[in-house]
Amino acid sequence: MNQTNDTLLLQQMLRIRLVEEEIAIRYPEGKIRCPTHLSIGQEAVAAAVGLALRKDDLAVSGHRAHAHYLGKGGNLPQMIAEIYGKATGCSGGKGGSMHLVDESVGFVGSTAIVGGTVPVGVGLGYGIKLKGTDQVSCVFHGDAVVEAGVFAESVNFAALKSLPVLFVCENNLYSVYSPLHVRQPAGREIWRMAQGMGITARHCDGNDAAAVYACVTDAISSIRAGNGPVFLEFATYRWREHCGPYYDNDIGYRSESEFLEWKARDPIPRLEAALLRDGMISHADIEQMLDNIRSEIAAAFEAADAAPFPLAEEAFTHLYAQ
Amino acid sequence: MAIKTFAQAINEALSIAMEQDSSVICYGLGTDDPKGIFGTTLGLQEKFGPERVFDMPTSENAMTGIGVGAALYGLRPVMSHQRLDFALLSMDQLVNNAAKWHFMFGGRRTVPLTVRMILGRGWGQGPTHSQNLQAWFAHIPGLKVVMPAMADDAKGLLLSSIYDGNPVIYLEHRWLHNLKGEVPAGDYRVPIGKARTLREGADITITAMSYMTIEALRACDFLAGHGITCDLIDLRSVRPIDWDTIRASVRRTGRLLALDTGFTTGSVAGEIVARMSTEYWGLLKAAPDRLAMPDYPEATSPTLTENYHIRAEHVAAKVAKMVGAKSDVLELMPQRNHPHDVPGDWFTGPF
Repeated sequence: MNQTNDTLLLQQMLRIRLVEEEIAIRYPEGKIRCPTHLSIGQEAVAAAVGLALRKDDLAVSGHRAHAHYLGKGGNLPQMIAEIYGKATGCSGGKGGSMHLVDESVGFVGSTAIVGGTVPVGVGLGYGIKLKGTDQVSCVFHGDAVVEAGVFAESVNFAALKSLPVLFVCENNLYSVYSPLHVRQPAGREIWRMAQGMGITARHCDGNDAAAVYACVTDAISSIRAGNGPVFLEFATYRWREHCGPYYDNDIGYRSESEFLEWKARDPIPRLEAALLRDGMISHADIEQMLDNIRSEIAAAFEAADAAPFPLAEEAFTHLYAQ
Repeated sequence: MAIKTFAQAINEALSIAMEQDSSVICYGLGTDDPKGIFGTTLGLQEKFGPERVFDMPTSENAMTGIGVGAALYGLRPVMSHQRLDFALLSMDQLVNNAAKWHFMFGGRRTVPLTVRMILGRGWGQGPTHSQNLQAWFAHIPGLKVVMPAMADDAKGLLLSSIYDGNPVIYLEHRWLHNLKGEVPAGDYRVPIGKARTLREGADITITAMSYMTIEALRACDFLAGHGITCDLIDLRSVRPIDWDTIRASVRRTGRLLALDTGFTTGSVAGEIVARMSTEYWGLLKAAPDRLAMPDYPEATSPTLTENYHIRAEHVAAKVAKMVGAKSDVLELMPQRNHPHDVPGDWFTGPF
């Protein structure tokens, strides 16, 4: 198999999917003791954006950030250890699932307050502009973020100063259990809001990994060329409950049939089928890919499980930088 | 040493920091307008250019988060709010991001962000243009909070704030901007977390901060003329608080009066009274007390603030009572010749 962008894209999506599924399987064991938001169903955006960005580009995200962290190249064992609350975690156990960081690959941080990192990403963009590098700052966020005042404030400043910021909006239709129609007026197109604020904006099927990749690559070229920020909205869907490992189509806020419709648009088999059809990859290649990913994941969980917890005294460190 | 106003001292600190370190940037509403935030930012944009010194959209929360992001990129942003009351819009970014970033990512990164907020009292500033909410910020682990009273400390604490690796809330009282004092030249720094003893005395310990220190000085000097001597500790930082200096003084005097420019309940003064009561219960000669603003919003009309602010005469009366002196000495206290709700004759508004 030749490694092409498309096969890498598939590999990244599979890796994110299998990591999240393993977390879902292990969650009931009770060793993961923090709110955990899975990205199953939404892998295409994280994989494609991560692949399109350079390692020295920067990214920030929100509460559902595992996929963004992994897509950007974040260290897997350190993420799993963080979710397990271990000393070897990327935040030393102080952050958990919602506070991931791996600065070695430009993942500056994910935080838990909806919209909280949007201005942080724009501030990184201001730093980039002042320093004069051609880096891009990527802000991952969901559809609820555009309802927060800080979003409008941040987009306004990014537009005002023509900052190198890529806004990536994953519209998965729900904020916890609240559907879009109780949060935003009928007919709202989120990307048009951003456009109306003066920045280049596009929308695209977030479950078509190749299309996402093409869309993001265009946006990044435009940003690097100095044309200012770009806003991209991707339609996608989270398969599992808002927070936790289970399916929740039975509790009444959405329907099984809606879920099945989106499941039929699973981004992974869609790309797989295209690659198989075009002879870019074989079934044996995919099996090999899966084997490699599975052993990497097994090793990460084993290491996290075996790693020491931080000492109780560690709770009273890192209040202030010296 | 040159004599400068408190506002000039701030301007000088900003100018020195920006001159010697290209990572320092300075922004906030009105930063480059003709008034230059009460004179504190005048001339900076001409010297350092519009990329490093700029006015901003009326977006306090995002602009604070943008400061966090810029700090994470390696800049040292100084953000200014002409009124603390407007900075309340940025509590999310200050409390959830700036204060937490170092801790919640296991000490990986630092956020060297300075946020100036101007607070005040009187002259009709009223309920939402005068609030002294230092206790809000002092309550938050991860923030540092400084409140200079003197021109030299205004400069020294601002330079220390800018070069601190942590988010620092720098609170400046509107009534101090025209106050003059000797200000050391160059990159003069005053350590954060160290109080300053402005008067030494045997009878009582008084702690104060920001403008309340000025009223306390008047009270102390008047009382000294009547045989009552006070240790006056200007806190300078309200997080962290210099407990060592307060402890040493209270151990010596056995009495404590904590002054505060903020509301009484939940005040920094309350914290000082609580801690000293707990630690020194046995050696205190009188119940520690505090003087702070009433637990009401500040009203606008001048008559409605007549009995609202804490002034030197209230401090002197309280001290006299606490040390058991005859209170009629207070009748000798010189009355000021300007209205109660302005810092001096020079102050004519409009804000």
